[in-house]
Amino acid sequence: MEHTVFSDGDSNVRKFNTINRRVFILSIAKGVIFTGILARLFTLQISDSKKYLTLSDKNRLREWRLPPVRGEFKDYFNNTIAGNTEVYQLHVIPEQVENFKNLMVRLKNILPLSNKQFLKIIKKKNQQKPWETLIISENLTWDQFSKVNFYLHELSGAKPVLSVARSYPFKDNYTHVLGYVAQASENDLLNNENIKNKHVPGLRVGKTGLEKSFEDELIGTNGVQRYEVNAFGKRIKQVNFQKGNKGKEIKLTLDTEVQKLCNELLADKAGSISVMDIYTGEIIAMHSSPSFDPNLFMYGISFKDWDNIRNNPNKPLINKTISGLYSPGSTIKPVVALSALENNVISPNFKVRCTGKMEMYGQTYHCWKKEGHGIVDLKSAIVQSCDTYFYEMSRRLGVDRLKVTASRFGLGNKVFNNLYNEEKGGLFPSTNWKKTNLGQGWVLGETLITGIGQGYVQTTPLQLCLMTAQLANGGFKIYPTLISNKNQESLEKIKYKMSQKLHQEEKYDSSIVRTAEEFFKPGEKDYKKLFRNQENVKFVLDAMFASTNQWNGTSYRSRIEDKKYQYAGKTGTAQVKKITEKQRELDLDTAQIPYEDRDHAWFVAFGPYKNPRYSICVFVEHGGSGSKAAAPLAKKVIKKVIDRHEEREKIRKRNLVDI
Amino acid sequence: MFQQSSYTEQLTFFQKLRSFDFILVLCVLILGLVSNLSMFSTDGGEFLYHTKSHLIRFVVFFILMLFLSFFSLRFWHSTAYLFYIVVLGFLIWASLYGVTASGSQRWINLYFINLQPSELMKIAIIVCFARFFHREQITSVSSFKNIIVSLAILVMPIVLVVSQPDLGTSILIAASGLIVLWLAGLNIRYFVYSGLILLVSFPFVISFLKPYQKLRILSFFNPDRDPLGAGYQIIQSKIAVGSGGLLGKGFLQGTQSYLEFLPEKHTDFIFTLFSEEQGFVGSVFLLIIYGILIYRIIKIGSISRSYFGRLFCYGFGSAIFIYIAVNMSMVLGLLPIVGSPLPIMSYGGSSMLATMIGLSIVMSTKIYHKQIIN
Repeated sequence: MEHTVFSDGDSNVRKFNTINRRVFILSIAKGVIFTGILARLFTLQISDSKKYLTLSDKNRLREWRLPPVRGEFKDYFNNTIAGNTEVYQLHVIPEQVENFKNLMVRLKNILPLSNKQFLKIIKKKNQQKPWETLIISENLTWDQFSKVNFYLHELSGAKPVLSVARSYPFKDNYTHVLGYVAQASENDLLNNENIKNKHVPGLRVGKTGLEKSFEDELIGTNGVQRYEVNAFGKRIKQVNFQKGNKGKEIKLTLDTEVQKLCNELLADKAGSISVMDIYTGEIIAMHSSPSFDPNLFMYGISFKDWDNIRNNPNKPLINKTISGLYSPGSTIKPVVALSALENNVISPNFKVRCTGKMEMYGQTYHCWKKEGHGIVDLKSAIVQSCDTYFYEMSRRLGVDRLKVTASRFGLGNKVFNNLYNEEKGGLFPSTNWKKTNLGQGWVLGETLITGIGQGYVQTTPLQLCLMTAQLANGGFKIYPTLISNKNQESLEKIKYKMSQKLHQEEKYDSSIVRTAEEFFKPGEKDYKKLFRNQENVKFVLDAMFASTNQWNGTSYRSRIEDKKYQYAGKTGTAQVKKITEKQRELDLDTAQIPYEDRDHAWFVAFGPYKNPRYSICVFVEHGGSGSKAAAPLAKKVIKKVIDRHEEREKIRKRNLVDI
Repeated sequence: MFQQSSYTEQLTFFQKLRSFDFILVLCVLILGLVSNLSMFSTDGGEFLYHTKSHLIRFVVFFILMLFLSFFSLRFWHSTAYLFYIVVLGFLIWASLYGVTASGSQRWINLYFINLQPSELMKIAIIVCFARFFHREQITSVSSFKNIIVSLAILVMPIVLVVSQPDLGTSILIAASGLIVLWLAGLNIRYFVYSGLILLVSFPFVISFLKPYQKLRILSFFNPDRDPLGAGYQIIQSKIAVGSGGLLGKGFLQGTQSYLEFLPEKHTDFIFTLFSEEQGFVGSVFLLIIYGILIYRIIKIGSISRSYFGRLFCYGFGSAIFIYIAVNMSMVLGLLPIVGSPLPIMSYGGSSMLATMIGLSIVMSTKIYHKQIIN
């Protein structure tokens, strides 16, 4: 080609031809690319549109869950015993504050905040995003709140907020029954799916007691705020709001008046008082001392307060009524006597000479009365709580037969069915138990001390209350409860059911029958009889009456002669340490013995005697003798309970399902 | 020949006005309207800074375009080299005393405007080549001397722009230049050779890239590699476009942009915003407008009697196409993210100015399509 000479014109034509040809090729390429872009738009906007729309919504919408409002606890008379109060809080959104430092310094002076609190807030502020709410104070006093409101015009950015928080209006009265709530911990989230699903920062959940047991009912549901957010997570506007439901209200069988009295009576002692309805099993009061104010746990307990509670030697954190295990002492003597009568080991006329001590199997067993009771029969043995008589009777009865009766009346078993995590079952020993658990044979001497409620026997105060109740109602099984149900059986029906059982064949030892019955009749209460011959029960109750109302009875000094309040009871003084011969000779007064070595004081009772309705168990830890330390407290409580009886019955009538 | 030279070059104002390409003007006006509305939307439905300055720029540069359209084609031909040299001078100025923003020294301060000379270079390179090849014989286009000179013309600005650093613009300048070289008739084998060399040298080029550029390329191939970092822009842009659907979320209703999930929504990602709000229908409409615009430019080139005018129109039309294709492919996730504005739509004065100057040369070609330049 180079050889040919082209004219300008020819060259121009070729040039134009080339450019036209090449632009044509380019146009085709453009067409292809355009089509490609169109196809891409089509896939994105038509084919995959749904997917991207979802992604876009996921981008822009965010939910904020609000803490659920917790359900309340009411007592039997509908007083709120765990409620929600409005609390005054102070929030700041740092982003909306012009000069955060100035604001903080002003607030520090107005509230005032301590240096430590101040630094804590600053630290928190630096950890979170500037548009997130910073809580300056979770719980302002009314004074602080009104002060903040007064100065609000110069505190731009600070927001006084009304919020709700758990409150226990009766403070330390219900601490152990209800437990307390505190911020949900890692463990709470792991163990309870419900808490995990509803968790929001700062959510408070039950830590102990009924607050914990009824967590799922109490917790309620979260409110949900749905916000549109921008790319940085800042809320732009609220899209919708879904109100949460308040948790379920739980009504208890407790009577605040009685509960308060129990708290007062045990004010400076360690111990427990429990009161029970002997037919319905309703717990009327249940107090453990020392107690503490659960409201302290709401906003982070101070180190000092927590230290006081934790290091108190009287163990305020333990609910002694259901978790404290102690030797029951003489309080179980009615059951021991009943067991002996039921097994025809002795007759009420069987007599023993008490000389103050008894030699047996090379050991000396002492009666509490050094000089002895002389010749005693069964009734006077219960009335005067003669240990020698019970040594001899237990020896004849044997521990295994005693255990059967004791277990039937609730000793060594949990009183509630999983109502409290912390409840303990205690122990009533048997030869078999010793063999499997301690790997040793039973020593006969151990039977003797078991017969006076010492040795291996370990019970909670509430077990003894239940034992007394089941004796007092004529020897029928009842079902202790703290929860007040709307559909209850009437007293008449319960009594009728019990009387029906009277003539029924014994079958309580057949666990298969029992299980089958529970399976076919769930929820049906079966007031089983716990005796062979009701005369024996009546005899024991009569002896208990005499123990309080006969001149030589152990609790004669605490008797009430008014028939309306007249009650029957049995004292108990449980040794916590083996008494040496030397100490026995010294015969010290309670006050002279070191506190930890003093005896536990017990008193169980039921009243009114003519037509029993309530049982009570008073326990004073290291209180000394039962007749001096426990019985006088019981007297006051019984009086109160019987005074409250009428009012209680009014409410009960409303709750009946069958008349 | 004599017929051509006998053609009278004295056109009256109205003759010129009558031979205006009104379809082209209409397309520009539509794009201007759409871009201003989109800008209004990026400001969250308020008449704020971006909208204001975009509108002012559009109006000013549109009038400038109309004004420049009356200049004869010969004027453009005679000032072509000067234009190129001035812009090259600006580029050198920018590299010495330029204004630095977001890590790149791209702008020069002309007191009334911060000019980005690399954008003007996109046009200048086409004008320069159009003049360069105007007089060349077809046989000498691929001569050694011509190749060396044209490569020099092309490489000088590219080196300057790359060193700013501004990879996107330099690629677009290179593409514009290469297109013109291709159209001018440069032997195909040079393109094949250089293509092969590029392919072979690709790994070496990669090693010279800045870390953020490497990341962009990597995240193009797999955006989910780092969804909150390098892949974020592509993912969010795709979500925005895809969630627009057939009819879009509606004007001022684009949540992705309104809630600031879209990066660079005023500039490179303006199409994403438009597409989110107007949907597939709107996007196709915009594509059609651009298609008509490009078609008109090529059409005008094809009626031009002068090689300068024809080469410029073909080159400019193709360059516009490349800008659009690169920008859209980028926001739709078909290409790695490189900074490249969408002509007329994107916020940015220099880009708008360059496009308007280019369009006025096209218009001038239309008016003076019979003009022969010696």
